[in-house]
Amino acid sequence: MASIDIANIQKSYGSHPVLHDVDLAIRDGEFVVLVGPSGCGKSTLLRMIAGLESVTAGEIRIAGKRVNELAPKDRDIAMVFQSYALYPHMSVARNMSYSLRLRKTPKGKILQVVAGAAAKLGLEPLLERRPRALSGGQRQRVAMGRAIVRQPKAFLFDEPLSNLDARLREQMRAEIKKLHKDLGATSIYVTHDQIEAMTLADRIVAMNAGVVQQVGSPLDLYDRPANLFVAGFIGSPGMNFFEGRYHAGERPRLEIAGGVGIPLETPAPIAEGDFTTLGIRPEHVVLAGHGPETLLANVDLVEPTGFGIILHLSLGGSSFKAFTHERSFLTASGTVPVRFPDHSLHFFGQDGKRI
Amino acid sequence: MEYTLRRKGLPAIRPPLMKRIADASAPYLYTAPALILIVTVMLVPLVLGVSYAFRDVQLLNPFSGAFIGLGHFRALAEDEAFFRSLRNTLWWTGASVLLQFTFGLILALLLDKPFRGRALAQALVFLPWAVPSFLAGLNWAWLFNPVVGPVPHWLYAIGIMSQPANILSDPQLAMWGPIVANIWWGIPFFAITLLAALQAIPRDLYEAASIDGAGPVQRFLSITLPFLAPTIAITILLRTVWISNFADLIVVMTGGGPADRTQIVASYIFTQAFKRLDFGYASAVALVLLALLLAYSLLIVILRQWLISKD
Amino acid sequence: MRAKPLLVTIAHRLAILAYIAFALFPLFWLLKVAVTPNDLLYSEGIRLWPSRASLEHFDFVLRHSAFPVFFRNSLIVSGSTAVVVTVLASLSGYALSRFRFRGKYWLVTLMLLTQMFPLVMLVAPIFKILSPMGLTNSLTGLVIVYSAFNVPFATFLMQSFFDGIPRDLEEAAMIDGATQFVAFRQIILPLTLPGIAATLGFVFTAAWSELLFALMLISGNEQATFPVGLLSFVSKFSVDFGQMMAAGVLALIPACLFFLLIQRYLVQGLTAGAVKG
Repeated sequence: MASIDIANIQKSYGSHPVLHDVDLAIRDGEFVVLVGPSGCGKSTLLRMIAGLESVTAGEIRIAGKRVNELAPKDRDIAMVFQSYALYPHMSVARNMSYSLRLRKTPKGKILQVVAGAAAKLGLEPLLERRPRALSGGQRQRVAMGRAIVRQPKAFLFDEPLSNLDARLREQMRAEIKKLHKDLGATSIYVTHDQIEAMTLADRIVAMNAGVVQQVGSPLDLYDRPANLFVAGFIGSPGMNFFEGRYHAGERPRLEIAGGVGIPLETPAPIAEGDFTTLGIRPEHVVLAGHGPETLLANVDLVEPTGFGIILHLSLGGSSFKAFTHERSFLTASGTVPVRFPDHSLHFFGQDGKRI
Repeated sequence: MEYTLRRKGLPAIRPPLMKRIADASAPYLYTAPALILIVTVMLVPLVLGVSYAFRDVQLLNPFSGAFIGLGHFRALAEDEAFFRSLRNTLWWTGASVLLQFTFGLILALLLDKPFRGRALAQALVFLPWAVPSFLAGLNWAWLFNPVVGPVPHWLYAIGIMSQPANILSDPQLAMWGPIVANIWWGIPFFAITLLAALQAIPRDLYEAASIDGAGPVQRFLSITLPFLAPTIAITILLRTVWISNFADLIVVMTGGGPADRTQIVASYIFTQAFKRLDFGYASAVALVLLALLLAYSLLIVILRQWLISKD
Repeated sequence: MRAKPLLVTIAHRLAILAYIAFALFPLFWLLKVAVTPNDLLYSEGIRLWPSRASLEHFDFVLRHSAFPVFFRNSLIVSGSTAVVVTVLASLSGYALSRFRFRGKYWLVTLMLLTQMFPLVMLVAPIFKILSPMGLTNSLTGLVIVYSAFNVPFATFLMQSFFDGIPRDLEEAAMIDGATQFVAFRQIILPLTLPGIAATLGFVFTAAWSELLFALMLISGNEQATFPVGLLSFVSKFSVDFGQMMAAGVLALIPACLFFLLIQRYLVQGLTAGAVKG
């Protein structure tokens, strides 16, 4: 196992930059998830660590050693591909042992390691099958098995679960987490699915347009998103945003479109008259109360999910969502009282950064 | 100071340079053997052939080889046989391509929908394509031969011929011999290409058209034909170039006769080089043919560009 | 209402049968004349099958003529050409499929151009070049020439097969510890076996059929390939139809065998190649 240091990494294709100055230090044994929308550069970054893409500028160190110039085979890393990339003409056992055979590992040792990995992943009855004869979930396991037999310095995962159906994805997610607990291997995991990121990561690296937006623990990103992008990307249904002008004074409030004023319980750290964006997660909207800080929102649509209810509401033309477990809202219509508790509010400046 | 800095920097810069060289040379190492072969056996002779066109090169004449400028081309301008072969080329190419395409398209349409025994039928109708061209030529020459072949007798029986004779020795009809052999041999190529294009048309388009009320003819005109158009255009154009160069059938079946009636430019070049051993003149004819075909190929490129930009 | 689809079906099957008849009749006739004994050849000229079939012509051709030599020569030339071309085309097709490099555009253009220009143009210069090297009247010379002629198309054919193999597989192999060349050899090549078979078959058939250059470059019977041998036989003894056609049937066998074996892949590959070219 090893640490991975990424220092001022840049990548461009011709004159078209795809990664700007990425800096990241991954500790030994840490599980780091790179998350972001497609095209944000997360896969490119992973492939640069693997050695499948060249580095335009900056330095990558694995276990303290510069690897920029090393071929993938000399970096001692393993990778699980989105397509699994299993060798179709080899049996499961030969797929898993290919790396060991390339390294001229003794036969007895290979057998033992493959058997161990197969036991861990429940692949024993499938060892002689070809990948074609496996289900999606089984293929996924073989791809994992191929990675773990080598005991590499680090595991790289490139959207490994995105070809599975929802149920299987959930199950494999748990298995990957368990595996990481067992092996304690340094892992870098790329996904566009924020739930995978939240559930798996020790630390999340949120990326957008080739720039790292925030690095932190899953709850850091959920509780204190550094900017509008992270706030909107993490959490489902996504955070509500209201743009408006701040009015301080005795009863501080945010004046939003349609002449509606959202009352705030305590003054915000914003100058009088400044434009700001207020964010609140749907699950933090309180659907009750009366008094001066309560507003009446129009009910536009009710979406039952079974687990709870998503209400599509609007305030003076600005629509937002609220999430509740209260079944009585299934039949909500007309207007409902809403309140935005102070401790759940996020403020973002005009540059999009958290205030 | 600066010097030491640079010395210090050296080890860091060296490996990427070496790696860059190794990386950059890989594709060339993979392609080098093929490239060398193509250059030495095709490109060098091509250049040499172009130079022959301006020289007096006769194989059995040790005193030949002198530069004679445009001499060959002047002779060519007055060579009746050449112009006749040029007309024959047009006739040969046009008739062959048109009929191969028509019958190939019909065959592709017949094979498009699944039916019992389609795989077998497909293998059988595509079989002529595997027959070596010289054998196809000989085979048809024999079929046209009244001694062993049935065709003259059939033609006589249905009243086209007054007696069972060999059409290959009839100056009026001789060209039809190689053309028929060429059609037999070339239908599979068109059918395969068009069949692949047909199969690539999304089936739900036809279903949507049926629901919208289109009959079979309308479906063919409004869906099949527009989808096939690019393939048809490109295949026909490429095939035209290929067939106008294709001398095997004619060399085998008629040798250009009778009375040069079936001589096309390609077989004329071959005759000049092989029988008269006049390499210089043969190269001059070949150069003219090349120029004509290049002009024609240019048309392909422009047309292809136009088709792509239209989509 | 049911009558119309039935009629259409019948017309469709009849049309297919007509095509099959047109495609197979010449080959059938070849076989028919080859098994007709000489004394019946003229008296039963256009009967569909002779009243008495015999293999005497095959027997003669195999035992008393130079055709076994021609057959062997053709087998050597076509087999060697197919192997050489497939190896070279695998390498260059892989490069075209997987690498981005500066010379690629020019390489593709050169290969496309070679498909365009008339090969008859090269007859004279190639003879002039090969002659002083002792490569005329030699099977080696033919193999070299045929290899060069077939490499461009075979390269495009192989490229289209490589394009069909996901890049992930090599990347996985490279991470597993393989160099690019080892990944090519151990992972990609085994997966391209159908493509390799198609290319082998295509090139073999092309070399087996080639006539003009064989005529030009080969003079004696010793080195003659099948087309040359058959053609010289035709012009010398043009009355022994039975024997010629027996020889023709023999010449047909390898090509047709190859074709039937790889028909499916060939159609696939040719389509890809044709669309590209």
